[in-house]
Amino acid sequence: MSRAALLVLADGRFPAGGHAHSGGAEAAVRAGRITGAASLEDFCRGRLHTSGLVSAALAAAAALGADPVALDAAADARTPSPALRVAARRLGRQLVRAARATWPCTELDALARQFPKGAHQPVVLGVAARAAGLGPEDAAYCSVYECVSGPASATVRLLSLDPFDATAALARLAPELDVVAHAAADAARRALADGVETLPAASAPLLEIGAEAHAAWPVRLFAS
Amino acid sequence: MHLDHTHDGPSAVSADARRPDGRRRALRIGLGGPVGSGKTATVAALCRALRDELSLAVVTNDIYTREDAEFLLREAVLPPERITAVETGACPHTAIRDDISANLEAVEDLEDETGPLDLILVESGGDNLTATFSRGLVDAQIFVIDVAGGDDIPRKGGPGVTTADLLVVNKTDLAPYVGSDLERMAADAEAQRAGLPVVFQSLRTGSGVTAVAGWVRERLAAWTA
Repeated sequence: MSRAALLVLADGRFPAGGHAHSGGAEAAVRAGRITGAASLEDFCRGRLHTSGLVSAALAAAAALGADPVALDAAADARTPSPALRVAARRLGRQLVRAARATWPCTELDALARQFPKGAHQPVVLGVAARAAGLGPEDAAYCSVYECVSGPASATVRLLSLDPFDATAALARLAPELDVVAHAAADAARRALADGVETLPAASAPLLEIGAEAHAAWPVRLFAS
Repeated sequence: MHLDHTHDGPSAVSADARRPDGRRRALRIGLGGPVGSGKTATVAALCRALRDELSLAVVTNDIYTREDAEFLLREAVLPPERITAVETGACPHTAIRDDISANLEAVEDLEDETGPLDLILVESGGDNLTATFSRGLVDAQIFVIDVAGGDDIPRKGGPGVTTADLLVVNKTDLAPYVGSDLERMAADAEAQRAGLPVVFQSLRTGSGVTAVAGWVRERLAAWTA
């Protein structure tokens, strides 16, 4: 396996549509919950330990070879907001396109065939990691990093926040990213034996509510 | 690049000329250019000029609203199901060049749901002079500037002005009012573009979008030949 493949998959410029999504940051900025670097860090920490853990565990389980259909149903069950389900499937469809071109393999072809309108993005991310020769920890690391880097880069655009301050906030979160990535990979291994229903089901109600409100705005910079 | 040759396989991953069912896909033409140069007005005029002879659809890439898509809907240039708006996260140049996945899905869905189509126009939100379309997304691109934006734009060049398959200099009827020298713009454009075509156009007077529509017909003839 190639360590560099992890960098290719985790690169924020990997062409899978993430640039158009704020990870809930646009709604949080409008609501006054993100006003600068400190509150961005708080927002990212909350997202990391809730939906971030859930997504990373799904990605790790997919990387271990768990059934994508069962994982996609588990992702639906853990995503109450219809707007977030739509966004996750849209991003999953874009990721499967990019991953098939980058690491062609029959598993990704099968996933594209099973979900023509897209599976949940974390599930696709795990299968893509597997196709790239990466393991469950790698998939979890990609997932937790994009969970915090997406809101950070969106907030730089939304608040004209100093990009160095936003990046420093990400660096301060790094030890917690380690903890959540490993917890997610451990949970994924247990779920292989005990079933996908045992995967983490943490939730962040404000992210769900904010996503529903955001989807109804007539004017917005980001798709979610 | 075909990863799956079966006719009922999943959708293609790149700019394949054939759709998964083996049929030739629609010709895709991108329209880019600075804010306010008349991209949406040109798209609307092209739809009116071509809709009776071709099956066509439009994808818009707005910066922070659905204004362009809603303008086209309000003007009723095409049925609503043939107009799709892609959200770009405030960066249309990213969505048309660096990360084209959302636009590829939009064009494929339009063909699936309203096809067969002959032509899809992909309009970028107003951007800067360096914004160009990926060759993975469009087969040809039109760059639209206008005389009121400054008659030195052709001289300044940049990827849009220099490399677009067609350069449109719009709003020529305004030239006397804004002091733009059309002959100088034509000479500068010719010097920058190494023989690539340039059209001077006014949608309010004269022959309107006729010359651009003619160029589109030529591209379509070459595509289906």
